[in-house]
Amino acid sequence: MKRRDSLKFIGVGSITAGLLWESCKVDQTPTPASPVQTTADDIITAGREAHEIERDKKLLGETFFTPEEMATIAVLADIIIPKDEVSGSATEAGVPDFIEFIVKDLPEHQTPLRGGLRWLDMECYGRFEKAFVDCTPEQRLQVVDDIAYPNKAKPGMEAGVTFFNRMRDLTATGFYTTEIGFSDIGYKGNTPNTYTGVPDDVLEAFGVKDMNWG
Amino acid sequence: MSNFQIKKKPTVYDAIIVGSGAGGGMAGYVLSQAGLKVLMLEAGPFYDPKLHSHQMLPPWVSLRRGAGTTRAFGEFDAAMGGWQIDGEPYSAKDGTEFHWFRSHMLGGRTNHWGRISLRFGPLDFKGKSHDGVGDDWPINYDDVKPYYDKIDVMLGIYGSKEGLPNDPDGIFMKPPKPRLHELFIKKAGQKIGVPVIPGRGSVLTEELKDNKDRQKCWYCGQCGRACRIYGDFSSSSCLVIPAQTKYSLELECNAMVREVLTDKEGQATGVAYVSKDDGQEYQVMGKTVILAASACSSARIMLNSKSTRHPNGIGNGSGAVGKYLHDSTGVAMGGIMPSLMERKRYNEDGVGSVHILSPWWLDAKKAKLDFPRGYHIEYWGGMGMPSYGFGFGMQGINGKYPTKDGQTKEAGGYGASLKQDYRRFYGSNVGMAGRGTGLALESNYCEIDPNKVDKWGIPVLRFHYKWTDAEINQAKHMQETFQEMMKAMGADITWGIQGKENNYGLEAPGRIIHEVGTVRMGDDPKKAPLNKWCQSHEVKNLFVTDGGPIVQQGDKNCTWTILALAMRTGEYIVEQKKQSNI
Repeated sequence: MKRRDSLKFIGVGSITAGLLWESCKVDQTPTPASPVQTTADDIITAGREAHEIERDKKLLGETFFTPEEMATIAVLADIIIPKDEVSGSATEAGVPDFIEFIVKDLPEHQTPLRGGLRWLDMECYGRFEKAFVDCTPEQRLQVVDDIAYPNKAKPGMEAGVTFFNRMRDLTATGFYTTEIGFSDIGYKGNTPNTYTGVPDDVLEAFGVKDMNWG
Repeated sequence: MSNFQIKKKPTVYDAIIVGSGAGGGMAGYVLSQAGLKVLMLEAGPFYDPKLHSHQMLPPWVSLRRGAGTTRAFGEFDAAMGGWQIDGEPYSAKDGTEFHWFRSHMLGGRTNHWGRISLRFGPLDFKGKSHDGVGDDWPINYDDVKPYYDKIDVMLGIYGSKEGLPNDPDGIFMKPPKPRLHELFIKKAGQKIGVPVIPGRGSVLTEELKDNKDRQKCWYCGQCGRACRIYGDFSSSSCLVIPAQTKYSLELECNAMVREVLTDKEGQATGVAYVSKDDGQEYQVMGKTVILAASACSSARIMLNSKSTRHPNGIGNGSGAVGKYLHDSTGVAMGGIMPSLMERKRYNEDGVGSVHILSPWWLDAKKAKLDFPRGYHIEYWGGMGMPSYGFGFGMQGINGKYPTKDGQTKEAGGYGASLKQDYRRFYGSNVGMAGRGTGLALESNYCEIDPNKVDKWGIPVLRFHYKWTDAEINQAKHMQETFQEMMKAMGADITWGIQGKENNYGLEAPGRIIHEVGTVRMGDDPKKAPLNKWCQSHEVKNLFVTDGGPIVQQGDKNCTWTILALAMRTGEYIVEQKKQSNI
């Protein structure tokens, strides 16, 4: 059984008229194991309101970015978060798909990103007579270097800087909220355990052993 | 011909309870345990943390990675509803502001809270006698203490014995051990004279005696998502569902109450509600009616229950229903502790409530403060689980802090060097928030908006709420304290510094979701709707057991007091029924 089937929310709006006087039943169904992975069409239904589920379905049925825009997003995302000795790249972590969804979910991202992508293509066209994705890796970085450092960006580059800041934010969030990202950052939690306090070696290293209790 | 009709249920209940949050849940538990035939009406759907919690879901199973698009506190938060609910409007008048968080679902707003469980102290019940401000309660700490004791044992709470005069100790389980940043907060507190003690929360750090349904905390830090193993207090898991299972509490969900019905003498006979399931109108009869729909919702129901005997709304001869609305004050600040950068990784999720706490430490008179009462401080920080928003704004910090090898980077950037920065700063965030006494004033109120109804045709609320100098000066004090704390910790403040023009960062009324006081208790029927048993002065079989009866909140979160008062009122009702008084 698929996770989402096993988690199907039985509460919201499911009390039929025939049951009205019988009260809401206590269901003793055992808790399913924590899910591992979702796919793009997998919507959480447990514990959510009907309007929330409908909203997800509707958004998943819509497409915001064009294939060309998505290609540019993918290239940019991997420039921002490339594969390194610690972990994989933004595209390996599915960041472009996340960005496609989040701009539909939070429309305030739409115009800045769409406009920013076009700004980038126009800037590349002005310099190399090619769209960003058609540029060589060196040409791409030449433009990115001009918009990736807010404090030293030259006048005229402000719109590019603003766009790149947003791309950096969304790429990082999209990356670090995946399994690859968890492992990269070293997040050890979200698992049943008994918290036993700050490890002794850390207490020693920080010189706060005397502050401890419990 | 229209087939519109009102359906009447044949059963007459001993008690009908409106609402399933802390107050309704406790009243329902006590009454059904005593063998009374109880019907609980909840305006939202059934919800069982065991089945419906989002606990342990990692962000990648969420399309929006947990963003708060449809839920203010993030997609995984247990609480449905929020600040605005489609078809259920409210407004504020005279240019004032009030934010009303509603959660229509089993357990109500116990689905959204930090499980921070603080008793009101002796001064909180008798504040006026101490400093002349506001009103005293008609009861004192000793009246409520036995009930605090009972709920401590029944529901479970951790904490430490401190012997503080106005933050009474409870019957505590052991508190969770502190996290690294919390040790530095304690150290900073010692430096500047702000006490930092172990937190107090309703999370089971030990086995709960004589209770096999609830398990010990598994330290995921996600109480806000509702606990599948019932390791924390929620009204659903700890009161309503057990009352259904063990006793015979009947629960009717998706039942939106319009009004309390009365007989010719003006006594309550039952309630009228609309079912959200079939859209039909219903009436159900009960010998006693207990409102626990939340402070403002209970006031709304009372004000909407008009009859010849109750022209201003049921039990509102005093005219005080809806008045004395007060929320806690709130100011927050956050920053980075450079010394915590690039530290060793381990699981420090801990409990989902607070590990540490600063109880109010001053006396306004002795310290010559320009505001009465005070506030407590809650803290956060550490190596938490990333969700939507993680990593935002890196260009604002990565150029400011040199790496371990002394290299200062250009702000912003990309690539492998940027990835190192996310790792570098992870776990160095710290923050704090004050939660303080807002004053109960007659001039802050909710009332029925004569021009507006919700989608079921029920007249809705209109608010009028203004902070006074008391709250604004308190916020200023919080600003000063927090800045001093951050400095003493060696932290750099990245957000939260606010000046006079923004009321020093004081949150708008309602934002702390501690609103209480709208159906206050008092000995004088001309001044207060309820007597000291949370019983209507005028309608002897009408009670209110949510935050409504609270005369004046303390510098404490209100849930533990709502629970204690509801238990006290529940036992009183059982006793009165035995004596055939109601």
